[in-house]
Amino acid sequence: MEPLLTVENLQVSFTSHHRTVDAVRGLSFTMGREKLGIVGESGSGKSVTARAILGLVGSPGKVEAEKLVFDGQDLLAADPATWRSIRGRRIAMVMQDPKFSLNPVMKVGAQIVEACRAHSKMSRTQAREEALAMLRAVQIRNAERVFHLYPHQVSGGMGQRIMIAMMLITSPDLLIADEPTSALDVTVQLQLLAIMDDLVSQQGMGLIFISHDLHLVASFCDRVIIMYGGQVMEVCDAAELQNAGHPYTQGLLSCMPSIDRKQQVLPVLQRQEAWLNKM
Amino acid sequence: MKTTPSIMAGIGLKIPAIFFSVALTFLGLLFITFFIGRVVPIDPVLAAVGDRATPEVYERMRIELGLHLPLYQQFWIYLLKVFQGDFGMSVLTANPVLKDIQRVFPATLELATVATAIGVLVGIPFGIIGAVFRGRWPDHILRVVSLFGYSVPVFWLGLVGLLIFYGRLDIAPGPGRIEVFYEGMVDPVTGLLVVDALLAGEWDICKNALAHLVLPASILGYFSTAYISRMTRSFMLDQLEQEYITTARVKGIAEWRVICIHALGNVRIPLITVVALSYASLLEGSVLTETVFAWPGLGMYLTQSLLSADMNAVLGATIVVGGVFIGVNLLSDLLYKIFDPRARM
Ligand SMILES: Nc1ncnc2c1ncn2[C@@H]1O[C@H](COP(=O)(O)OP(=O)(O)OP(=O)(O)O)[C@@H](O)[C@H]1O
Ligand SMILES: [Mg+2]
Repeated sequence: MEPLLTVENLQVSFTSHHRTVDAVRGLSFTMGREKLGIVGESGSGKSVTARAILGLVGSPGKVEAEKLVFDGQDLLAADPATWRSIRGRRIAMVMQDPKFSLNPVMKVGAQIVEACRAHSKMSRTQAREEALAMLRAVQIRNAERVFHLYPHQVSGGMGQRIMIAMMLITSPDLLIADEPTSALDVTVQLQLLAIMDDLVSQQGMGLIFISHDLHLVASFCDRVIIMYGGQVMEVCDAAELQNAGHPYTQGLLSCMPSIDRKQQVLPVLQRQEAWLNKM
Repeated sequence: MKTTPSIMAGIGLKIPAIFFSVALTFLGLLFITFFIGRVVPIDPVLAAVGDRATPEVYERMRIELGLHLPLYQQFWIYLLKVFQGDFGMSVLTANPVLKDIQRVFPATLELATVATAIGVLVGIPFGIIGAVFRGRWPDHILRVVSLFGYSVPVFWLGLVGLLIFYGRLDIAPGPGRIEVFYEGMVDPVTGLLVVDALLAGEWDICKNALAHLVLPASILGYFSTAYISRMTRSFMLDQLEQEYITTARVKGIAEWRVICIHALGNVRIPLITVVALSYASLLEGSVLTETVFAWPGLGMYLTQSLLSADMNAVLGATIVVGGVFIGVNLLSDLLYKIFDPRARM
């Protein structure tokens, strides 16, 4: 099987005031049209990785890699026009908080229509119909009304559905979801994940699901990458997660509160510099 | 714009509230000007009768001016007069102050409007370019250009401008609003010479008035360009960091759309205040520019009245300036509601 995305030795660093922060240090993975989870604590470089795949690490960030290939296309050599044909059309991304990721002065309908028309020569009315259909697909009941609302007029859960509709309307091959539910409350989280799961499976696309929540990722994805300090600690099948070998993964697992385990004090996550490959 | 009716309806509901707040502000303004008029060490009776008048004449004038009445009555009379447009007589010009203002304010309005238009049309694109090319040479060039606009005194720029374009190159007309032989040839309708000439169908006069506007308006426009471009740049940099900009880029739309539609659509909201402030301050009349270009505007009038202690004229002009500020504020509130859906509640 030809892999959908190959990342080899990805390095991202930010330099400012003569100080360099290495956000991603030699990350490698390969994925097909599957659901891949990326888990790691805050600051481990998950979002930066996602942005690097989309070519959206702005200055002062510097991206280097041995290989960054999407569906046979070398992303490292992509020019702005190529990027534009890839972004949105082939790779899309849902971000954390719809409060900030939707343009506050533009109606949500117009924002979805814009995504649609960026990649196809569709008439306005046609695009509108598509957008309404997509809003219904993410289970928004009165799509016509929502179409004319501004972002501040919708709830967080609704906002994230809109975001998903906007990102999936072009049927991309790969969707990156960067903590798509962490800004939402728990009940809405599961609904939203179910909707996303449905659409992703229906359209047979690849999914990179980024999260803090190991259990959520394990129940939702096929494979999980555990990241720490900008590096991959371990890759394992979601089903095998309980038997994961790496001490960091074990640490993450035992830090999660659980109902069965009657433990009063959760252990503090142990981190060791020694896990990081020195470069 | 499709949403206009709903906006108007939204604002329509608030007309009483807006009217009330404007009325209150204006009342406050009149209150202040009234008390300034009483507090300054200038005797209005003496100003009217001259210092060689006999005590009888002086007393008669005092009663005629209503100065023997209690203060609150004086204030009431003052209010009634102001609402009738009666600001008293100017000692300096021997005209009713209202008539003077009707003559000088349009001159300032003309200059300020063209200067602000220049500031908006040049400053906003400059600011956008500066932000997009942040830290690279277009940004540096524009920053130097606007820093120059900030730090050079306006009268110097005016004099140099006159020297070069009028004195040496002879491509700009000299000082004043219009060539002397055209003066008084069109009936003042709006008081704006360019507009009046157009209304009268006097194409030559219109062209001449426009030509006289170019130099002073460019110089004032340069200042407002410097200010507006600097603010646009910083608002733009702020917006370009936002998440929704990343979203727009993820969608794969053209970069000009990301900047001119998504970012600028948000930048224009805080810009309203910036433009309104710069317009309002130009409407006060810029004394230096008006002096250098012999431009008979509000700034010059106010200064001359101040220097000759012509209190009626000073207070009248102050009320006009205050009223202009209130009006510009009102306008910017309205624009806020149009540009920002979050302000429409
Ligand atoms: N624009 C930037 N400039 C400088 N440093 C940055 C920038 N963006 C990210 N970083 C650094 O890169 C590192 C990784 O950040 P990243 O946002 O990828 O973490 P994350 O794993 O997504 O964390 P979280 O779970 O909190 O979202 C952090 O140390 C951060 O400080
Ligand atoms: Mg993140």
